[in-house]
Order: sequence, then structure tokens, then C-alpha cells
Amino acid sequence: MPFHEMFEPDGSIRPCYDEVQKWVERTGIAGLNRRMDEAEAIFRRIGITFAVYGEGGDPERLIPFDLLPRIFTANEWRILDKGIRQRARALNAFLHDVYHRGEIVKAGIMPADIIYKNSAYLAEMADFSPPGKVYSHIVGIDIVRTGPGSFEVLEDNCRTPSGVSYMLENREIMTRMFPELFAQGVVAPVDDYPAELLKSLKEVAPPACKGDPVVVVLTPGSLNSAYYEHSFLADLMGVELVEPADLFVDQDRVWMKTTLGPKAVDVIYRRIDDEYIDPLVFRPDSLLGVPGIFNVYRNGGVTLASAPGSGIADDKAVYIYVPEMIRFYLGEKPILDNIQTWQCGKPDELKYVLENLHDLVAKEVHGSGGYGMLIGPKSTKDEVAAYAERIRANPGEFIAQPTLDLSTVPTLGPAAVVGRHADFRPYCLVGKQIRLVPGGLTRVALTEGSLVVNSSQGGGVKDTWVLQD
Amino acid sequence: MLSRTAENLFWMARYMERAEATARLLTMGQRMAILPGAHHRDEWRSVVRATGAGHQFPEGTIVTESDAVAWLMLDADNPSSIRSCLLKARANAKSARTMLTQDMWEALNEGWRKLDSYDVSEARQQLPTLIDWVKTRVMTFRGAAHSGQLRNEGHDFLRAGSALERAQMTLRLLDVKYYVLLPETEVIGGNRDHYQWTSVLYALSGARAYHHVYGGTYTPWQITDFLMLNRLFPRSVAYCYDQLAYRLNRLAGWHDAKGPCHDTVKDMVAGLESQDSGEIFRRGLHETVQNGLTMTNRLGSEIAQTYHFG
Repeated sequence: MPFHEMFEPDGSIRPCYDEVQKWVERTGIAGLNRRMDEAEAIFRRIGITFAVYGEGGDPERLIPFDLLPRIFTANEWRILDKGIRQRARALNAFLHDVYHRGEIVKAGIMPADIIYKNSAYLAEMADFSPPGKVYSHIVGIDIVRTGPGSFEVLEDNCRTPSGVSYMLENREIMTRMFPELFAQGVVAPVDDYPAELLKSLKEVAPPACKGDPVVVVLTPGSLNSAYYEHSFLADLMGVELVEPADLFVDQDRVWMKTTLGPKAVDVIYRRIDDEYIDPLVFRPDSLLGVPGIFNVYRNGGVTLASAPGSGIADDKAVYIYVPEMIRFYLGEKPILDNIQTWQCGKPDELKYVLENLHDLVAKEVHGSGGYGMLIGPKSTKDEVAAYAERIRANPGEFIAQPTLDLSTVPTLGPAAVVGRHADFRPYCLVGKQIRLVPGGLTRVALTEGSLVVNSSQGGGVKDTWVLQD
Repeated sequence: MLSRTAENLFWMARYMERAEATARLLTMGQRMAILPGAHHRDEWRSVVRATGAGHQFPEGTIVTESDAVAWLMLDADNPSSIRSCLLKARANAKSARTMLTQDMWEALNEGWRKLDSYDVSEARQQLPTLIDWVKTRVMTFRGAAHSGQLRNEGHDFLRAGSALERAQMTLRLLDVKYYVLLPETEVIGGNRDHYQWTSVLYALSGARAYHHVYGGTYTPWQITDFLMLNRLFPRSVAYCYDQLAYRLNRLAGWHDAKGPCHDTVKDMVAGLESQDSGEIFRRGLHETVQNGLTMTNRLGSEIAQTYHFG
């Protein structure tokens, strides 16, 4: 049996869930299900949606929301908090290193090919130091739990991790619908996040910035799947939400087109991919992007957050080395473990993967969002064989991990509280300081037994509580 | 404020205003179509013409209620159909979301795909309900803006867009009345003429207000006076021009700068102030209206130019 976050193996309630249990008893399952419909109506009315690529149907779908919170005790959070900050520091140190001297390669800890032949590595970033040497300003770390004290990192997201709007909106909905749950003040608040984000972004203003930095959020536009989040964050920070066509480059600065004429922009929290930032440097065929912006960036006229080329740090092949990075750059012992991972690019590990594929989870190194992965135990023989062929054809493009006994979180079923697998994504902010609000996004696989929590694969979300002492 | 945001707010207000005006035009069409002999007079043609889409229907054929409802309410290819207007207003709102209050957004977001599921016959059967729905959406939106939006330049762009669109609709209705509705053989001031003038008042939700201002008598020049020159009626051309001047002056204040649009709106206001309805009729209502439409179009482009719309 996997570890259940709410129940001990003997069926008793874990103490941190006492209040929730009382609330479930008081309200009744049917009552909670009614409230769930209300919550959904509120979400739909205020327009919190997430488009899903390649699925057809409603382009502005809601992510299912589950009422029962996922809870961390204060002690559990202390470990997570330290571990997450440590990882964010190491990842940024790594990014600086790979775009400068490459000490980690010289020290023989990482093979050069994994970095320099990787498509996420941007040669254009070499020898350039962004303000404060910060590359990844928002580090989203996906964490799973396999037992009472064991947290493991599934994946790092150093480019533009999404979902933080759900952390805030889920809490908003919960406090609106169940104020009595929060009245005792034992749940740590998360609503500082936008203010903390703005502080972090202002701290990395470029050398050309005079006075209070002008921060903007850059979105590809209202058709993007995460547009709601982009506008939500801009709104909460009180900054402009711009599209590439609102910006232009002139005299080594970036300007936005306003009704008053051009206004200089200092820090751009960009939510568009590297290759669409600047058609002069990356993709000449792209209509998105701001011509010349990369040059301004390199000359200190503007800060891009996160830095182009940060993706090299969240590549699945690089992930394997993060514990080594922590030891190498910080001289510390890793607080959070990696999940055991086999690299198909290494002949002996490839052999093991191919022999045991039916027991493993295999992923494309550059894949994301749960696309193109194989869950061995849940696949047919033919599917496993077909996937094995793909791995053989291109072993370097694949990794594999054991199917973990992921913990389950309490989730509202039609007739009872049921356990469903979940993961957790906190958002670590990196400016001059490192900031972390006590919480994050819990994603839950709503189908019984399913291990896939991605919203693109039908997963849901729930509020995450960190209890205060 | 971003120019794109200003543009989105300006057009969002225009589309909402247009959706409401079209809904009211459909009411007018139904009202006129119950007159005896309506079928032969092609009343619905005047309705589609008032939206500027007369050319969509070949001359010599009768435009039916079905045609009008399909085209004005539901047609996805008609950029001015109510459905298109509401979808575009919502798209504008989405792009300018950070400038909207939660209530404004919710007014646009709730039930935004409602018209997707209707076909023409259902829409005809439920026309009064649908028209009420459209009007309620627009009024909720307007009320949300009125009671909650910051009075910053965004609000001025919104109100300017709505005033411009209103002025145009009133002008087009006047034009349609004078040159389209009345057959040449009819006497000005006759029964049918009277009925048509009151229909125009109904289309602008001004019938009751008209009574209060002019008493019970309907005359073309009083109705023209009411719709062109009365500064108390919020859909009159004069009122809309005043609004435009007020909003543009506020914008000039925010920006400490004026553009060609400020001269144009000044001319427009002054032009109307110097006239009375008798003079308008002497010079020709059609000419006055055409001139008004030309000026509002020009003003629209000048606003876009002054504030760097895309």
C-alpha cells in the first residue's frame, strides 16, 4: 500500500488532518460534493481556464478542482523549504558555470556532451552574466512523496513554470467557501506571492535602469494556454501585461508602446519560450518576438526573467546530476533526493531499461507535460515493444525511472474520501534573496491508480496547506 | 497605458454598444413588420441597412425576418452580428483583462457562448428572450464599468468608444428613416410615416423620454431635434458628441498633449450647437447625417492615430 497522507495504515487519522476529518464529518460527503459544484461555477465565472493542446473540445477548459486540501506539517515544510532553496541555488550556480568556465565538466563530474550538445544550451549566452548572476528567477520543483519522511524530486522547471495562479486561486476559493477552516490561523498564508515575485524581479534590474524598475509580464497572447495566469500575475503585481508587438528596441533599450508614447522597460518576466524571444537571434521565421531584444539584454539594457538558455538546467538528462551539483557548487549534502534514473544513452543502463521496460516509466528527455511517456506496468505488450523500438533508434533521447509507490492524498469521491496519487510543485523565487511562500500547487491524478497528474492529461488541482506550529 | 490596451478598451465598448443597438433594431423590425402590408414593403431591409449591411441582400428580393435574425443575431461571418460583437468584445476584454474589474469581466464571460447553440428557427421563436438577454449583458457590463472601474484613462477610452458607436447608430437610423423607409408616394407626416418615426424612437429606447420632453405630438422635426440635438437624451448625436469631447479632453489632460482628434471633435460639437432642427431640414437631413457619419469615422481614425493604436 502506498503511503496515505491522511490515514495511518491502521485507519486512524494522521494528526495534521484532524481538522479536515472533522469538517468532512460535519459537512457530509454529499454536502461537500454540492460545494464542489459551487466552486466549479465560481471558477468558470471568473474565467480560470487552461487550454489543453491537441485535445479538441473546449479551448477554455477548467482544471478540475478538489476540495480536500493536501497538508504538510510545519516540520515537513522545514525540510522541503530548505531542500528547495538549496536546489534553486545549485541550479543557478550550474547555469552560471556552464555559460562561463564549465568547471563541473573540467572536474569530470558531468560529461561535456550532455551540456554542449544539448538543444537547450544557448551558445549565445556564453560569457554573459545576467544581473545578480541569476538565470532562473522562478524555479518550480516537482516533488513526490513515497513515505512519511521521504520526499523526492521528480523534475526541475527552470524556464517558465506555470500553475502558480492555481496555488493562489485554490486558496482564494477555499477561504471564500470555508472561512471557518481558516479562522484558527493555523494555515500559513500564500498570498504574499505576487509581492514577493515583484520584489525579486525588481532586484534583478539591469545596469541601465535608473530609479524604480519598470517590470512587465510578457505573454505570447490571449490564445496561449496559460494566458489566464499571465494576466492574473500582471494584475496582482500591478504591472503591464505586454505582448511581443507592444515592445520594440531603440538605442539599446526596450520600449513599450503606450498612449503617451514609448516607455522604457527594465525587467521582463517573460512567459514565452527562448526561441521566440528575438527573431534576429533565434528563429527568423517567428512572427512572435522582439527584434533586437537579445542584444539589448546582453548590453545590460534590460533583464529577461528567466534568462534565455536556462532550460539546460531542467533538462531531464541534466537532472540526474543535480545532487552532484549541490555537492560541487555548494559543498552541501543534498536535502532532497532525486528519483533513481537510468540514462538510455549509457549502454549498460540502456540494457537494463530494455530488459525491464514493463516495470519502468520511460520519458523523452525533452518532453514535458506528460506527453510521449510510457508507463510500463499500465501498458500493453505491444505498446512496450513499440516504445522499446523508439528507444533503440535514439537511446540518448530517453531516460527511465522506477514506478514509485507515490503517496496518495485524500480526494473527494462521490460516496467517500478516496486516495489519489499526487505531486507537488512549490515556486522558489530567486532575486538578490531567495524567497519561498509556504505552499505550492498540488496536482492530483483523479483516476484511481493513475500516476499521471499533469493537467494536460486530465489531472486536477487542490489547495496545499502548510500548518504553522 | 499600453496603446493596445487602450485600443482593446475602446473597441470592447464599441462592440458592446453595437450588440445592444442591433438587439434593439431587431425589436424595431418586429414592430414594423406587424403593420398591415409589411411583407410588400420590405421593412426588414431597412433594419439590415441601418447596420450598414444593406448590400448583403440583393435588391429586388424581400428580406425576411429569418434572413434578418440569421444575419444580425447569429451569423459568424457577419462581423457586426450580435454573436460576433459579443465574442469580439470578450476577446478584447481578455486582452485587456488587467484593466477590467472582476465584475466587468464576469459580465462578459458569463454565458459567452450562449448563441452558439441556436439555429435560426429557435432564435426566432425565442427572439424577445434573446434580445432581453443581450440587453441585460450589455447593461450589466455598463453598470459594472460605471460603478467599479477606476476613472483613469482606460475608463475614458471605454466611454469614448461607446459614445462614438452610439452616435453612429443614431445617425444611421435617422438616415434609414428618411431615405429608405418612406416610399415616394407617401406623404410626410402621414400615418405610416408617423409609425415609422415612432419605431425609430423605440429602436433607440427613446419613446417614453420623447413624450416627457415634447408632449404627445410626433413631428419629424421634433423627433429629429430629439435625436440630433437634445442634450438630455443619452443617445442623441449631440449628447454623444459632448461625451466624446469630454472624454477626449480628459485624455488630453492625462497626456498633456492633443492631436487632430481634439480639433475634429471640437468642430463636431460646434457644428451641432449652431443648428436647430428647422435648419437641418432646410439643408437636408440626409446631408447632415452623411456629414455626421463622415466626421465620426474620421474621428475614429484620428483617435487611433493620436493614441498609437496598432
